[in-house]
Amino acid sequence: MSELTTQTAAELTAAVSVGEVSAVEVTQAHLDRIAAVDARVKAFLHVNKEDALAQARDVDRRRAAGEPLGALAGVPVAVKDLFTTVGAPATCGSKILDGWYPPYESTVTRRLRDAGAVLIGKTNMDEFAMGSSTENSGFGPSHNPWDLTKVPGGSSGGSAAAVAAYEAPLALGTDTGGSIRQPAAVCGIVGVKPTYGGNSRYGVVAFASSLDTPGPLGRTVLDAALLHEAMSGHDPMDSTSIDAPVPPVVEAARHGDVAGLRIGIVSEFSGDGYQPGVMTRFTEAVELLESLGAKVTEISCPHFKYALPAYYLIAPSEVSSNLARFDGMRYGLRVGGGSAEEVMAASRAAGFGAEVKRRIMLGTYALSSGYYDAYYGKAQQVRTLIIRDFDNAFSQVDVLISPPTPTTAFDIGERADDPMAMYLADLCTIPSNLAGNAAISVPTGLAPEDGLPTGLQVMAPPLADDRLYRVAAAVEAAFTTRWGHPLLTEAKGLS
Amino acid sequence: MTVMYEEALQRYEPVFGLETHVELGTVTKMFCGCVTTFGAEPNTQTCPVCLGLPGSLPVVNERAIEYTIKIGLALNCSIATWCRFARKNYFYPDMPKNFQISQYDEPLCTDGYLDVAVGGKTVRVGIERVHLEEDTGKSLHVGGATGRIQGAEYSLVDYNRAGIPLVEIVTKPVPGTRYLAPEVAKAYVTELRDVLRSLDVSDVRMEEGSMRCDVNTSISLIGSGTWGTRTETKNVNSLRSVERAVHSEIERQAAVLDAGNRVIQETRHFHEDTGVTTSGRSKEEAQDYRYFPEPDLVPVAPDADWVESIRASLPELPSARRARLIESWSLTELDFEALRNAGALDAVEATVAAGASPADARKWWLGELARRANDSGTEVSDLPITPAAVARVSALVAAGTLNDRLARQVIEAVLDGEGTPDEVVAARGLAVVSDDSALLAAIDEAIAANQDVVARIRDGKVQAAGVLVGAVMRATRGKADAARVKDLILERLA
Repeated sequence: MSELTTQTAAELTAAVSVGEVSAVEVTQAHLDRIAAVDARVKAFLHVNKEDALAQARDVDRRRAAGEPLGALAGVPVAVKDLFTTVGAPATCGSKILDGWYPPYESTVTRRLRDAGAVLIGKTNMDEFAMGSSTENSGFGPSHNPWDLTKVPGGSSGGSAAAVAAYEAPLALGTDTGGSIRQPAAVCGIVGVKPTYGGNSRYGVVAFASSLDTPGPLGRTVLDAALLHEAMSGHDPMDSTSIDAPVPPVVEAARHGDVAGLRIGIVSEFSGDGYQPGVMTRFTEAVELLESLGAKVTEISCPHFKYALPAYYLIAPSEVSSNLARFDGMRYGLRVGGGSAEEVMAASRAAGFGAEVKRRIMLGTYALSSGYYDAYYGKAQQVRTLIIRDFDNAFSQVDVLISPPTPTTAFDIGERADDPMAMYLADLCTIPSNLAGNAAISVPTGLAPEDGLPTGLQVMAPPLADDRLYRVAAAVEAAFTTRWGHPLLTEAKGLS
Repeated sequence: MTVMYEEALQRYEPVFGLETHVELGTVTKMFCGCVTTFGAEPNTQTCPVCLGLPGSLPVVNERAIEYTIKIGLALNCSIATWCRFARKNYFYPDMPKNFQISQYDEPLCTDGYLDVAVGGKTVRVGIERVHLEEDTGKSLHVGGATGRIQGAEYSLVDYNRAGIPLVEIVTKPVPGTRYLAPEVAKAYVTELRDVLRSLDVSDVRMEEGSMRCDVNTSISLIGSGTWGTRTETKNVNSLRSVERAVHSEIERQAAVLDAGNRVIQETRHFHEDTGVTTSGRSKEEAQDYRYFPEPDLVPVAPDADWVESIRASLPELPSARRARLIESWSLTELDFEALRNAGALDAVEATVAAGASPADARKWWLGELARRANDSGTEVSDLPITPAAVARVSALVAAGTLNDRLARQVIEAVLDGEGTPDEVVAARGLAVVSDDSALLAAIDEAIAANQDVVARIRDGKVQAAGVLVGAVMRATRGKADAARVKDLILERLA
């Protein structure tokens, strides 16, 4: 493995900026790494071989011409396959979009290009981001670089696996119910769900519009912050994006500190269903935070127990409408002849996988006349109660913490036929999506019983994303010092 | 069995309601920046947003909100202080997203009315709601007998129209109009069209589809105290069709009830050629649109000051104008209707403003100019003559410079692009010959040439002077004032 692929994004962009290394060399090193390991990891659905080198050459040209370079100059970024990028397909992990080349660029990836990032490829995901393992991908699962028989989490599992396997220092994901934080946790990397509206959803193929949040995955807290800052900000093309300054996340990531910080442990997120090793590492993290000067208390958020059922009404309802456009009429898969109605039905039957169909049916039912109030309407009321739980908690503490997910990475196939077991992977992450606030997952070590990564979830009020980075950077620094090396160097799945 | 209209209404009481869709005249579409110009090459005015491509997002066109509020205010509605768009979910190939962004239980404007005049009476039509939505694409079904998707060989879709802002104006049910129901329905749509035109929010051309009506009709036995089952008639695309559709549905439903059957709640299609409606869907499925608030848009909360500034900027509405013109021009209702139906109100008002008398202005625009417009198949307002030019011709007649015949020639010449009335008069030498000495020479010639006529006049047959007047007019090429010529002839022979 080239030394270039083990460097952080912060190191790489610094080296490229001063001409110590060229963007082309950096990109080539990562393309080589992908060529070497991705047959086993299967993180990528599409690698932008030629285009990535062209982007890199442009960065080198700008540097040679003395033009200003962006914050991510020469840094390869892997992109979850639901962002539209010109020149590459966007399948969303679905057969129904196989071969579709979007004719327009998402706002987030355009900003990354402007910042000098090199979009190296499109990563695997659960179909339309519905799942927690990438097993729902129409193109087969990705594998966890810690243990190739395990899932990398999901739905941004391809992105998490790519970063953990050193195929890219950074990756873009989206988090609708935990789809960045949970794969980050089980792959031993950093993943952030920014405040809803903190960046643009324009060009992000929708799963559940009111919950979908693009965000960064990286091997270090600072790297995640660099990507977070470059991708964020108001976009006139997305009226739900917030017209407010981007929180100073890079600054926060450079100055990890929890002294005097009031931290609340969500008391609902422990007990039955939580793997002992996950709780062991969580407790250790709490002790670490206290040792660093934080004031940790327990806080009850009584309505969080209704978050999962509310989510599984709201998200499918939006799915049933958002995915209606995939009908074989204008793009993507078209199956069958006969009437328009028959083509639509046959294309959708052939193009969508089981989980997507399940959610379309759930949502169609929940929105039906006569059931709306009892399901969708009630779920929205629960959402309001969860926001109040957060408001109440944040009136007492600065951040909340919990495990990001109840278990470490599970076996490929283990939960494939048990949707409920799969849904439980997002138990701890969903409340932040329903409330629209910000949350991060940062590595805390390995569970003693299986040697797989665990994490710490930190949650902050909307637009206080910088607090996440201040806490996570402190945790990362203290743990790395304790371990004597970055956690990821212990991953042996590819050795 | 057929039932004649008058006969049906001896037993049945009709109730109707209208849903009118109006394409707003905004420069760009409802949720994207594509232009809305009518008649462009298919699928040239589209983008990822109005094509509903994966990942695209709508952003509300503020001008469309403003126009809708204008309409609501003109229709005496309350304006919502906070409302949301909703998704109306159904599958159809001309809907790019397979849902339409519309409004459901939170319309922008509610609870207003529009007064319409029919036969000198005023009927108040209640307005249930005015809401904003996006138009769909336009399908062209090729092959098959009906021009509809069933039975077509293939269909073409033009998405230029997809995403054009569409306002839906829904009336409350209108009972109690009896025999006048078809006429009131037509008068409502006419008045609504005039209101929208005065607001300058739409070009309201029914023939181009920028204004489309669905007509709901029901009948019930007089005195039954309940309303009957309603049908919804679509494809009603002219003012006359509105009237005919209500008329035809009343007759049809009466025949159904008379035969002991019940009226089915259904969509029906109006046929311009035959004037009758046919059943729209053979198996009427109850559509469940699964409305829910559009999560890609933030709520619309019109600021009270903004609404008031829109209210303050409203132009004079047709009803106020009608009252004002009837009063100041001393018109009857029928006079006014004639002017409005001819589309000549603006022209006449401008001509009066340019100095003509209301009577003269009406005479020209309803007479000569209406004929010319009719001949060339245009609107009078599109004729290449300004109200100021018409007023000038009128002034020249009043001053005796032109007689009626010459005035018509001047108008023709102006329409043919020969210049202003004064330029035409000068260039063609059309002014009335008022120099008596020039006339007397022509008169003497006529007398000399017509001694037999002179003899009859001297015998007291004064009307025979017409022959001499005619001769003088010919000699002066019509440029003389005929009355003056006659006076001079009689003086000469006295």
